[in-house]
Amino acid sequence: MDFLQTLKIALRALRTNKMRSFLTMLGIIIGISAVIAMMAVGTGASYVISQQIASIGSNIILVIPGSTTSGGLRTGSGGAQTLSSDDVKAIMAECPSVAYAAGTVRTSGQVVSGNMNWSSIIMGGTPELFEIREWPVVSGRPINQDDENGAIKVCLLGQTVAENLFGSADPIGSIIRIKKIPFTVIGVLDRKGQSPQGTDQDDAVFVPLRTAQRNLVRSQRTGIVGSIIVKAKSEELINKAESEIQSLLNQRHRITGGKEPDYSTRNLSEILAVAEKSAKAMSLLLGAVASISLIVGGIGIMNIMLVSVTERTREIGIRMAIGAKKNDILMQFMTEAVLLTMLGGLIGIALGTGGATVVSRLLEWPTMISFQSIAIAFVFSGAVGIFFGFYPAKKAAGLNPIDALRYE
Amino acid sequence: MSSVISLTDIRRVFIMGDQQFEALKGVSFDVTAGEFVAIMGASGSGKSTCMNILGCLDLPTSGSYLLDGLDVGGMTTDQLADIRNKKLGFVFQGFNLLARTPAVENVELPLVYAGLHSKERRQQALIAMEQVGLAGKENNHPSQLSGGQQQRVAIARALVNNPAVILADEPTGNLDSRTTEEIMGLFTALNKQGITIIMVTHEHDVASYAGRQITFKDGRIISDSQIKRTD
Repeated sequence: MDFLQTLKIALRALRTNKMRSFLTMLGIIIGISAVIAMMAVGTGASYVISQQIASIGSNIILVIPGSTTSGGLRTGSGGAQTLSSDDVKAIMAECPSVAYAAGTVRTSGQVVSGNMNWSSIIMGGTPELFEIREWPVVSGRPINQDDENGAIKVCLLGQTVAENLFGSADPIGSIIRIKKIPFTVIGVLDRKGQSPQGTDQDDAVFVPLRTAQRNLVRSQRTGIVGSIIVKAKSEELINKAESEIQSLLNQRHRITGGKEPDYSTRNLSEILAVAEKSAKAMSLLLGAVASISLIVGGIGIMNIMLVSVTERTREIGIRMAIGAKKNDILMQFMTEAVLLTMLGGLIGIALGTGGATVVSRLLEWPTMISFQSIAIAFVFSGAVGIFFGFYPAKKAAGLNPIDALRYE
Repeated sequence: MSSVISLTDIRRVFIMGDQQFEALKGVSFDVTAGEFVAIMGASGSGKSTCMNILGCLDLPTSGSYLLDGLDVGGMTTDQLADIRNKKLGFVFQGFNLLARTPAVENVELPLVYAGLHSKERRQQALIAMEQVGLAGKENNHPSQLSGGQQQRVAIARALVNNPAVILADEPTGNLDSRTTEEIMGLFTALNKQGITIIMVTHEHDVASYAGRQITFKDGRIISDSQIKRTD
């Protein structure tokens, strides 16, 4: 018996009981659409996280000063002023796995332009900072080595600062005052979006490191940097670069034996990879919860198929009497069950995709529907049909034709 | 002429719990190709059990059954299904057509399981429908046909695979007397074309269409006689 014929018979049987077929499918429709929507929400979340990883810049290691004790009070980590521009130069020169290193200082203060003013983060950084953070200017020019060497009073504006001080006007060439010191705006940075912690990365003003060290931050010694941001040459070299930096700084800062280092290193990509992993676990969990409804739907299919086998006992008897083999009957009912679940699956995929789109529009929650999740949902719906259709089909195929023919 | 059916000492024992019931107690008869046999007997006489065995729906407990030269004993259920498909045609009392399925597709059904292609199936089904006088009713559903027409569809379905034997189980049981005459006329005509027919009935006037009557009682054959046809 050819498959096309089997399919035709199954379709006719489903058409005969349209309402029942639809209600039976409903379980699968709900299950599949829930799986699709949940996976979309979960995948969307992990996509956002991986976007944020990219926004920090890839392969990044952060070196921050350790804590310091002053008058019995210990500051938190980053409180000490133990890292210097010389450390940055040494890292660049002596750590082979490091691509770039940049010293930064950070402060905050009022930025004034004409009658507008805005409180923002002010970052001093060497030109390498923008390479490391993969953060280009969209207009004007970046900070260059001459600005840095000469401690020139120039600045780059983040998008948020530019909007708040200048609106839609072009800020390039304007003079703004940072902590009452005039700076020339030379460029505006590209939009970067939120950081993984949720702060607005575009709400910042960047000046050359040396300019900041001289004019904007107070420190005990010259050449102090607040932190060093390092980019490893490749993802595989992150851990190697980290240990190179540690041994170099231990040597330079004379950290030996059990002495606590006066700095610490942080591997940002690693932290975010963990976050990404947990987002993925979350989406899996959501998917698993949703798939419970699929199982419930599958049980519904099994139930209806059992009823259908009983109702059609006589038909089965006729088919057997005129030559249907056990396998023919088995295939007929299996096809019916799989057809039900696959149709349900297709409708569910459509509804789930639609639902995910609505969620992302209304709640502004990022959703992503991968081809993979659609394929999995479709295969899974078929598998539900096979699994839950098998028992009723087996029951039909096992009927005795004499009894089946006599069944009223 | 050669025997299409050859039953030798057929016994059929049913076991219900710890009770044994012997429905057939050693039945032997042969049917020659081209015969029209009526099997008669009261209910419980064993005629239905015999019919089930003849129809390869059931296997005898002992004895041998040769159908068209093939020994049916010891066949698997799938082999029996194949035999039913290729060697036998069934006509039932209750027509047993598939509802919501056009007449022609009902007739095609045995050919579907025989694995024929749709074109061939349709061609043979149309020939069979013409044979039973239903040309033009191909696309009617069983519910749109009269009882007599439904039984004709069933007969066409039994004919379509050119079986060695047509087995009819009370084929006129659900029909009025005028339609009964019609259907029996059809059977007689088919028999005259050389088709072997075995029919179970308990009505004497229906049995009188057959050329031979076998009567069962208590699991045994009590009479087997050639009779003159009424027509």
